[in-house]
Amino acid sequence: MASEFRLPALGADMDEGTIVQWNVAPGSVVKRGDVVAVVETDKGAIDVEIFQDGVVREIVVQPGTKVPVGTVLALLEGAEAPSVIGPAAGVPSPVQPAATAARLKISPAARKRASELGIDVATLQGSGPAGAITLEDVERSPRLSRSEKKEAVEPKAGEGMREAIAAAMSRSKREIPHYYLSTTVDVTPAMDWLAAHNASAPVAERLLFATLLVKSIALTCDEMTGFSGFYRDGRFEASPAVHVGVAVALRGGGLVAPAIMETAGKSLTALMDDFRALVMRARAGRLRASELAAPTIILTSLGESSVDAVFPIIQPPQVAIVGAGEVVTRPWVVDGAIQARQVVTLSLGADHRVTDGRLGAQFLARVAQRLADPGSL
Amino acid sequence: MTGAGVTRITYREAVKQAIREALAADSRVFLMGEDVGKYGGCFAVSKGLLDEFGEERIRDTPLSESAFVGAGIGAAMGGMRPIVEVMTVNFSLLALDQIVNNAATLCHMSGGQLHVPIVIRMATGAGRQLAAQHSHSLEVWYAHVPGLRVVAPATIDDARGLLRAALASPDPVIIFEPISLYNMEGELTAAASEVRLEGARVHRPGSDVTLVTYGASLWRCADAANELASGGIEAEIIDLRSLRPLDDATILASLRRTRRVVIVDEGWRTCGLSAEIAMRIVEQGFYDLDAPIARVCAEEVPIPYPKHLEEAALPSPARIVAAVKRMFSDGQ
Repeated sequence: MASEFRLPALGADMDEGTIVQWNVAPGSVVKRGDVVAVVETDKGAIDVEIFQDGVVREIVVQPGTKVPVGTVLALLEGAEAPSVIGPAAGVPSPVQPAATAARLKISPAARKRASELGIDVATLQGSGPAGAITLEDVERSPRLSRSEKKEAVEPKAGEGMREAIAAAMSRSKREIPHYYLSTTVDVTPAMDWLAAHNASAPVAERLLFATLLVKSIALTCDEMTGFSGFYRDGRFEASPAVHVGVAVALRGGGLVAPAIMETAGKSLTALMDDFRALVMRARAGRLRASELAAPTIILTSLGESSVDAVFPIIQPPQVAIVGAGEVVTRPWVVDGAIQARQVVTLSLGADHRVTDGRLGAQFLARVAQRLADPGSL
Repeated sequence: MTGAGVTRITYREAVKQAIREALAADSRVFLMGEDVGKYGGCFAVSKGLLDEFGEERIRDTPLSESAFVGAGIGAAMGGMRPIVEVMTVNFSLLALDQIVNNAATLCHMSGGQLHVPIVIRMATGAGRQLAAQHSHSLEVWYAHVPGLRVVAPATIDDARGLLRAALASPDPVIIFEPISLYNMEGELTAAASEVRLEGARVHRPGSDVTLVTYGASLWRCADAANELASGGIEAEIIDLRSLRPLDDATILASLRRTRRVVIVDEGWRTCGLSAEIAMRIVEQGFYDLDAPIARVCAEEVPIPYPKHLEEAALPSPARIVAAVKRMFSDGQ
């Protein structure tokens, strides 16, 4: 009945990781998807999920140990085992319910406030009895007072992350024959729509332009094959679901691109919530392994950096990446007359082994069409 | 009382003044109970009233709680405004049938045709070494019953003012007077003339934790709040005043200010008033809570006779302070 829980690759270029913390102990009941451990990687501390149900029999690798990907971290019993075999038969006792191991201690008021502020509670440190997170912990959280608490929570993007980015980008430029396309799109209707929406929406429901972009890309990937998926073993595998990754620059340098899962099916508000939470957790170094490995296509938006266009590099094994420059006001010809319009330059970096420029051009055009009708997103 | 002036009197004197005022104001009012006449009341509340108002209106009864409470219910239905004194809440169990099966039900069962405007006063609680048969706090037994109104005056103003409001109610009202407060001296203010039957009151404003309490425990909470304040924790104290109906709005408004609640009840914890209050808070204010609700109640024993054991069984300021501190940190 015993099975092995091995250190998964938490990203394309991860070779090894350091166990920082176990959230389970021998006897803990675990379910697929439970966060069982925190592992330090080049990309920061990552919550590692388990992929099968069962009961932890033994912790093999202790915290502080650095091990290669694939190392057995813990041994599991099948889920049925403990219910038929009593403690006398050698199953460690007492059996701890999974809820006890995984459930965060946070007061209802704190949880509610964190939700209002868009703060991921997993990033907070509890100061209450038994380490419970209180309202005060939320209100003093780094998100609200960035300047004071910066060092305490931000992962230091040191050499490790630089090396990881170097490895992934070198591999990309070495292996992937990129082609690039770009188009400048009049997004005045989208910006007007956003301004109107945000004027009446409560703070928590206000949207960023990036949300519209993410949704437009996801819907376009859903209807066109060849852009969302992975190139492995000499062939393209389309991904059944679209998970758009968003590149998040870390303040200490470096970047990560966690996925907004099942992007195409989500409302704009839900996407915004996810986006906000991802940025928050990315900067606190609390991303989940599945979020980092999941993107099927990435959006990199340098919107606030005053560049017109981005020529992005695909993250292997993905096959496409979309870039967006700053939304700027430019003279634009509308119905034969020059008007001041808000425009953005979208670019596509795509894998020529999978698609050609003609399809790429259609892809960008479809994204632009969707942005022109933001009400339908 | 006179105008806006402030007078210092005892709780006992405040209750007596209230009864005297009621007797003088309304000829339908009379006082009935064990030893209320010649002896002047077991706790000397009615001392002197017999001489002042005569045997018709200050009536000594046999030791027969069921009979004289029943007689009071009949008198109320017949148009009188009886004030019935039951010596302690422990003894009121002998009259439980009359109160629960008759006084509380008749308005409902008669389709609103019959009202029972009786006021039943009972001494309650511990603190005077009267042992288990005289010291319990069974307020929740009555607060459980639809058709009754239950009040617990804890201040001089309420002791003075609640009786008038109770006599004005068309429904039966139970007034709980804490035995340990009869000798308490305090200021009687002009507010006593405007006391309402319903509604809780913020006894002390604070920002960090709400102490919900009533009766004699109000003053234990006040002591605890002073000690907490010296440690930097500002406790808000809610004096419930009315135990049925409970004033949820005042409790929840306080919770939204402080986010933490400790309920202090001299009754037992199990199935007690504190459980009811905690549940209402959870039902209506769950997302405002920043810590689990805590309770400080009497220990689950018949109240002991020896002084040190009696004190150990009751909520004390020290236990309240400890309960509050546990909400803020493990080891404080």
